[in-house]
Amino acid sequence: MKNPRSDLLQAHGKEFTALTAIQVSSEQIPEQQQRQKAMIEFTSGHPAFDVCMLALQVQKRLAAKGKWLEDLRPCLADASLTSPDFDYADFAEGAVGFGRQADGSVDTLPHFIDFWMVFYNKEMFQQKGITYPKRMDEMFAAAQTLNDPSKGIAGFVSRGLKNANIPVWTLWMLGQGMETVSQTGQLQTDIPEAIWAGEMYKRMNREVAPPGTVGFNWNECQTTFMQGRAAMWLDGIGFATPLEDPTKSRIVGKVGYGMTPPGPKGHHSALFGDGLGISRTSTKKQAAWLYMQFMCNKGNQLAMLKAGAGSPGRSSALANPDAQVGSRFSKEYFDCLAASGTIARAGLPQIIPVTAFRDVFGVGLTNTLSGADVATELRKATEAFKPVLEKSEQG
Amino acid sequence: MAAAAADPGALAPGPAARNERMTDKVLPATEPTHAGSTHLAPRRYCLFALPALLLMAAVIISPWLFTLVMSVMEFTVGGAINFVGLGNFTKLVSDTRFLESVGRTFWFTVLAVVFPIGLGTAAAVVFHCQFPFRGLLRTIFIMPMMATPVAVALVWTMMFHPQLGVLNYLLSLIGLAPFAWVYDPNTVIITLVLVEVWHWTPLVMLIVLGGMAALPTDPYDWATIHGASDWQMFRFITLPLILPDIMVAVVIRTIDALKVFDTIFVITQGGPGTASETLNIFLYLQAFQFYNLGYASAVVMVFS
Repeated sequence: MKNPRSDLLQAHGKEFTALTAIQVSSEQIPEQQQRQKAMIEFTSGHPAFDVCMLALQVQKRLAAKGKWLEDLRPCLADASLTSPDFDYADFAEGAVGFGRQADGSVDTLPHFIDFWMVFYNKEMFQQKGITYPKRMDEMFAAAQTLNDPSKGIAGFVSRGLKNANIPVWTLWMLGQGMETVSQTGQLQTDIPEAIWAGEMYKRMNREVAPPGTVGFNWNECQTTFMQGRAAMWLDGIGFATPLEDPTKSRIVGKVGYGMTPPGPKGHHSALFGDGLGISRTSTKKQAAWLYMQFMCNKGNQLAMLKAGAGSPGRSSALANPDAQVGSRFSKEYFDCLAASGTIARAGLPQIIPVTAFRDVFGVGLTNTLSGADVATELRKATEAFKPVLEKSEQG
Repeated sequence: MAAAAADPGALAPGPAARNERMTDKVLPATEPTHAGSTHLAPRRYCLFALPALLLMAAVIISPWLFTLVMSVMEFTVGGAINFVGLGNFTKLVSDTRFLESVGRTFWFTVLAVVFPIGLGTAAAVVFHCQFPFRGLLRTIFIMPMMATPVAVALVWTMMFHPQLGVLNYLLSLIGLAPFAWVYDPNTVIITLVLVEVWHWTPLVMLIVLGGMAALPTDPYDWATIHGASDWQMFRFITLPLILPDIMVAVVIRTIDALKVFDTIFVITQGGPGTASETLNIFLYLQAFQFYNLGYASAVVMVFS
């Protein structure tokens, strides 16, 4: 997938070849197209690649259903294949659990973990004499105080674009201690907690957000925040990279990194992540496993963190004091990362038709920004999506 | 020649017979050739047409038949394939999202044809007149047409940004309130039409201008002598004469507008919500986002 982490993988490619004499050819594809390519190539039975990066929140169940990837447990247990300093136990339990399949198999290494948190403009907060919100409902009050349309400043910005907007809603719902699909696979998308989260989404994105937020994806939100036109931005910490870059950002040194505040019944950070896996039909599995070990070793995971390219799956990288040395990010950034990891919970339901889920509920939520009733929209979306989910689980 | 030889004892020939003989004389050697070719031609010509037929079968008929087969299947990539008969088609009839996308496509197409035709024809009339720098201005006018749709869409996306876009900045300079452009379900279609108009009005202008360049001068001389005004000359001479060219432009624009995908997908992805989800976007989502190839094939069959 095309992102700063893949840039690093490609940059480390030469080092890997120098160590092993294994030539690596790799390709980066934008996220949406990568998902289509992976789906089609794996389904064909003869993918053109040996190693693939998967977005776990979207492709994990698909990979299990289609038997796309090799179970890595035999490799991990084989001392002749796995370097003694690889230390699989170093990967955070939450990250490993996020990638583990329902049958216990481990078909990916958790290369990258993304936690949702709140970026906030400390200068704006100081000017208004307010502190970072301690609870979710305080966020709306703070955003109201900070909102100043006459100066082109919004109190809050987050994704409003259909499909992309789902994690915003699910994050509010985590504040109720609930996920959108229960452990038994039942939709919980029109229950009072879901409606509360929908109302929160509607209020924040309609009343204290910049105009046009209905069409905003993460990049529009990022630009708005970087230009000093929003006081708070709710999104993944992996998008922090340009905020402290003086060539791109007008708010360098003013960015605060806050953990998602607790909701009425829960305190969680929405969790997302990417994993690296070996194609089950690969004829070069041993070389692929060596490649994955190298790319996910402690040094490269630390390098990813230092580069501000996102949060690595390894605990040692987060705990390493070297990570902060020479980094453009403040201690607050690293503290927020570490603390978010302790309260992380899946940000999207672990179902096969995730894209359809995001589309159907995304449209409903977008409609609420035009004034539609939250409960009605969620009920409609639930009715529309229920048969899709049931069918997908039947095989 | 053979006929004359077969009738050596004929009396003085009448006019019909003369004609017959003349024909015989003019085309003496063609009779057997024609007679022979009447039977052989179809087979010979079939051989010549065979490569084209095979190519058509490979690239048009086979995919169409495959799509037809898929349209009666419940076919999801990575899932089981089940025969559902007309199930996908009956589902379409009750799918409000599909029906809305059809209506939206119709509305978008009408606007994306009417405006460029009107403006393009007006531009052609202007550029048909003689004035300084006409060639240069005409070249500048057709430049949007040369840009690729995705590049055009990306530039417009930036310009439409409600806070940072140049369009709202320009509006603010003349004291107008910012506009939501593609970020409002009520204005998204007309804003997308605006992009289409900017992009494709030059094409209409070129087609109509080409027609105007070939107009005869006589009717205008006659009209001038009889004291016709410029408007009357345009209304009663120019317009009827360039109508065939305008119709060509209408056909081309209609086909193009019905096919628009890239511009809409890049700018709005069918949003906000489904407010700009035309048939092509709907089809794309079904086929390549939800991987419902059977259902998507049914949509294709309805419109093929």
